[in-house]
Amino acid sequence: MGDSKSRTLPLNKRGLNFEMLMWIYTRLSALGMYLFMFIALVGALYMGARYQMSLSDLMRWLFMPNVAHVEQVPTIQDVDAWATLFWKLVASGMYLLATSHGVHGLVVIADDYIVKPLGRKIVRFLSIVMMVSMSLIGLYVIWIS
Amino acid sequence: MGMTRNVSLFTALGYKGKGPFLTFILHRIGGLGMAIFVTMHILASFISGDIGQVLNNIYEHWLFQIVVYFCALFHIVNGLRITILDLWPNLLEYQREAIWIEWAVFLPIFALSVVVLIQTAGG
Repeated sequence: MGDSKSRTLPLNKRGLNFEMLMWIYTRLSALGMYLFMFIALVGALYMGARYQMSLSDLMRWLFMPNVAHVEQVPTIQDVDAWATLFWKLVASGMYLLATSHGVHGLVVIADDYIVKPLGRKIVRFLSIVMMVSMSLIGLYVIWIS
Repeated sequence: MGMTRNVSLFTALGYKGKGPFLTFILHRIGGLGMAIFVTMHILASFISGDIGQVLNNIYEHWLFQIVVYFCALFHIVNGLRITILDLWPNLLEYQREAIWIEWAVFLPIFALSVVVLIQTAGG
């Protein structure tokens, strides 16, 4: 590759605006989701996943630790342990991080194709509407339905 | 920039970005896929009833699950590489090696899960 050393600037020379903050937030929210997945993995193994779940069932639980994702598993008779307040809080944290991370990701993709200021304003307005409505709907599914 | 590209579609498809470009485009496809399918799944669970049940039956079909699972797992594994390299930029020089490690992690987990999904299909 020859002389291709990466060049890094200290933060105070890079400047810090909203897009830069969201760039960092995308990475940090990803780290947060890995943490929640790790908690879900340890919890599932503790609750007996080693003997009761297939790999694909376990992965489904890791992506979203909602009790509906283990109700179909035939070897788990008692799902109460998978539906506690703790797991609803973990699921909510995972969901809110995923929604904000995902909606911002959609804005980044849209910005590659929509370059006029008005178009970008519309994209941002729609993204805020989508984030608020999907956050509320998802929390309703986790806590109430 | 934007929609006014001065290259033909054929040239674009032949773009030799190789490994890093492949992960870039798969990361987008995976992210978009999750945004569309998971949103559909959440809305179906929210409205429930007959329509919600039909939508979730489609979503839970093993063939559909393989597609969604690819989107999610690739986005997760590739996202971990991006996060690590971006938070420790000195490692960016080893990007291509990191992508090989990424495939070595992704392929076995994905393949094993797909085998399980096919084995339990319909059950």
